[in-house]
Amino acid sequence: MDINLVYMVLFLAGIIGFAALNAAYLVWVERKGAARIQRRTGPSEVGFAGLLQPLADGAKLMSKQILFPDGIDKPLFMLAPMFAMIPAVMILVTIPFGPVGFGPFADFMLVAREMNIGLLMIFAFASVNVMALLLGGWSSKNKYAVISAARAVSQDIAYEIPMILIAITIVMTTGSMHLSTIVESQAGGFWNWNWLPLQGNLFGPVTFIIFFICSLAETNRAPFDLGEAESELIAGFHTEYSSMGFGLFFMGEYANIVIGAALTTILFLGGWLSPLPASIPFIGAPSVVWFLLKMYLLIWTVVLIRWTYPRVTLWSLLNLAWKIMIPFALVNLLGSAALIKILPMLGL
Amino acid sequence: MAGYFKSILTGTKSLVTGLKITQAEFFRKPITLQYPHEVLVMTPRYRGHIQLVKNPETGTHQCISCGLCQKGCPSGCITVRGEKREGVKGKVLVQYDLDFTTCSLCGQCIENCKPGAIEFSLEYNLASTRKEDFHYDLLARLEEQK
Amino acid sequence: MSSQALSQNQEVFELNLGPQHPATHGVLRVKLVMDGEYVVDAEPVLGYIHRMHELMGENRTWAQYLPNMGRLDYLSALSYNLGYVELVEKMMGIEVPERAEYIRVLTTELNRISSHLLWFGAFVLDLGGFTPLLYAFDDREQILDLLESVTGSRLTYCYYRFGGLYNDVDDDFLTGCTQFLKRLRSRMPMYHDLVTGNVILRQRLVDVGPISAEMCRRYGATGPVLRGSGVNYDVRKNEPYSIYPELDFDVPVYNECDSMARYMVRMDEIEQSMRIIEQCIAQMPQGDIMAPKVPKMIKPEVGDYYHAVEAARGTFGIRTVSDGKNQAYRMKLRAPTFCNLSLFQEASKGMLLADALAFMGSLDLVIPEIDR
Repeated sequence: MDINLVYMVLFLAGIIGFAALNAAYLVWVERKGAARIQRRTGPSEVGFAGLLQPLADGAKLMSKQILFPDGIDKPLFMLAPMFAMIPAVMILVTIPFGPVGFGPFADFMLVAREMNIGLLMIFAFASVNVMALLLGGWSSKNKYAVISAARAVSQDIAYEIPMILIAITIVMTTGSMHLSTIVESQAGGFWNWNWLPLQGNLFGPVTFIIFFICSLAETNRAPFDLGEAESELIAGFHTEYSSMGFGLFFMGEYANIVIGAALTTILFLGGWLSPLPASIPFIGAPSVVWFLLKMYLLIWTVVLIRWTYPRVTLWSLLNLAWKIMIPFALVNLLGSAALIKILPMLGL
Repeated sequence: MAGYFKSILTGTKSLVTGLKITQAEFFRKPITLQYPHEVLVMTPRYRGHIQLVKNPETGTHQCISCGLCQKGCPSGCITVRGEKREGVKGKVLVQYDLDFTTCSLCGQCIENCKPGAIEFSLEYNLASTRKEDFHYDLLARLEEQK
Repeated sequence: MSSQALSQNQEVFELNLGPQHPATHGVLRVKLVMDGEYVVDAEPVLGYIHRMHELMGENRTWAQYLPNMGRLDYLSALSYNLGYVELVEKMMGIEVPERAEYIRVLTTELNRISSHLLWFGAFVLDLGGFTPLLYAFDDREQILDLLESVTGSRLTYCYYRFGGLYNDVDDDFLTGCTQFLKRLRSRMPMYHDLVTGNVILRQRLVDVGPISAEMCRRYGATGPVLRGSGVNYDVRKNEPYSIYPELDFDVPVYNECDSMARYMVRMDEIEQSMRIIEQCIAQMPQGDIMAPKVPKMIKPEVGDYYHAVEAARGTFGIRTVSDGKNQAYRMKLRAPTFCNLSLFQEASKGMLLADALAFMGSLDLVIPEIDR
């Protein structure tokens, strides 16, 4: 039997487990974090410090009745939550988490199935997420849900443009769409990472911030959660969903946060590379620990942002995309292209 | 053009300030009270439902069954009944019912009471699924307190 | 065009906002006619929490009507208490001792701060920011604790009496007030950094929901809504009552007419109320808290009476007609948010849904007061 197939199945199971675990415990982190930010204690009854709360919530969600309101488009209504979760798992398959970095399997790469066009595939599947919101909103036969779906689509389209423009810049400077190659090209300490212009990315830090903001907007997170603006649209596209239909939307949202943070880590923060040169023993070694550390730091920022800012309106959101981010991304694309040509001429 | 960049800068600065504040609050201690585990002590002036005052000398209430509390009550939630008994001056209180579901805790009854026979209790842990549970027999309540 | 005619047009649709909706803070229902995200028409539908407070006033003795005053606008109940007892004192010619007046003003202003703090939190919540609500609640809780230690209740106060107060304040309360003011003063910059200066908030409030002074006048809008439109009108200054003439405070007025102006008026009013409380504590005289001769049975002369006070949301006026009995012949309550809401239909035309809700939040609605 093909050993690769066994690997893949094992990794797939691992990835699904990782996505589910992250979704469950990011909810806990979010609730606990929000509580502490607001000087409350948060979940504290179920298990130590409420650690079993996600399990209790999950059990509750699963035991609830799935409601189908009158007049809905039933096939689409049932399809939408799957569209929210499946692409997220598909994307996670291609994301390399890096070598273990310590112990007997130090060089073992934690990745289910990497592709040489990994970045392209991620963007392709990330766009499917919009379909979930659109179908969910459209099929629920609820005016609030329809408004929310329309908002979510215009928002996601606006934010995919600067995101892809910046990703193109990174592809240009690295010369590859292979995620591992992109990471390896950033080796040699944090000053070589793509968030600084040394690699040829002209507005390094700015592009990093724009990419991060875009990933927030892509995942419909606050302050860009127009799709589920609870004070305006009740719960937006998932107003009519109950039980695990809602649960899948919820898990999909958190899985998307993980993907956004992982992608930002790979593209800008050197993935699994240590911030110090590899010549320094132990700390300098590349490891999945670095990857997770960077990723969860970004996720914490996402959580902090949600509990700090008010929500933007649709117009100021589109203004931000079209008036600030897209011009910057375009100028950066052209500037970086020029820099790639000029740097070799200067002998750098 | 200068205004464009300036607005981006000031905007970003305000956002960073916000993040700093919430992150600082994150490290501070929670201020909430974990209710079933910790319970507040009410201030002496707290207005719970009314109860009959126990006279420490006689060990019983001081009500003279004049009915002024009943008359003054805006919601009509008090029922007082007194009886003439042989050998006792004035009336003897036989019934003092309070329908707490309609009481608005205004304190008219307490102000109207000349002998100072009623007061606010400090009870606030009141919950029930039946409204009959809030029909109090204050005389019986006073007996229980002994 | 009526909303009926509009709904037959295929381009628009009706959206029923409320009576159970997170943004309406209670049971207000707004019938929206929408063109996509734009509001074509917004018709507030009232009556979901109508309790006939005016009729109750005509069926109860003057004293029995007192607790109702805590249940109109439950967020600044003491202003309503004050308005009513001052009306009765006006009718009966009762002189209130000075100490009682000072305590009344002090507690009313504390209540005003707590009301504005809650509005601040709820307003930012409407805009999608959750955290400031909890910070505001933290401060508001201190006020509630202080008021509870004096009045015995935390929300629906019934503290003032004809001719004075229910009970006196002690030194603990006054030092508590001083400490609270110190605390709030140190917290205000945090609020301004976290919320007022925030670029997202400014984008949502500046130039959103313009109400001209002329429109305010037509609809009878008062309070911060009016003062945010550049009209310097505050009952405490224009028709002074109680001891306000002896206190030194400013009336914040902003000329921008937008939601931000109304926001700033309320934030500045918190500062001014703190100044008033400080003066009250410093000048608090000793003495009685009840007038020496308050008639047992209140039976005003036959006549038509009116008294207005500045509540946290605007002018609260009571007009009453007495036929010489121990009950009012007619009791008319002029609630500020009823008038403030009435301009919503005209002012919200053409707004985005999100802006319309931000605008509604900036009016500071308390539904039980609108419905009475």
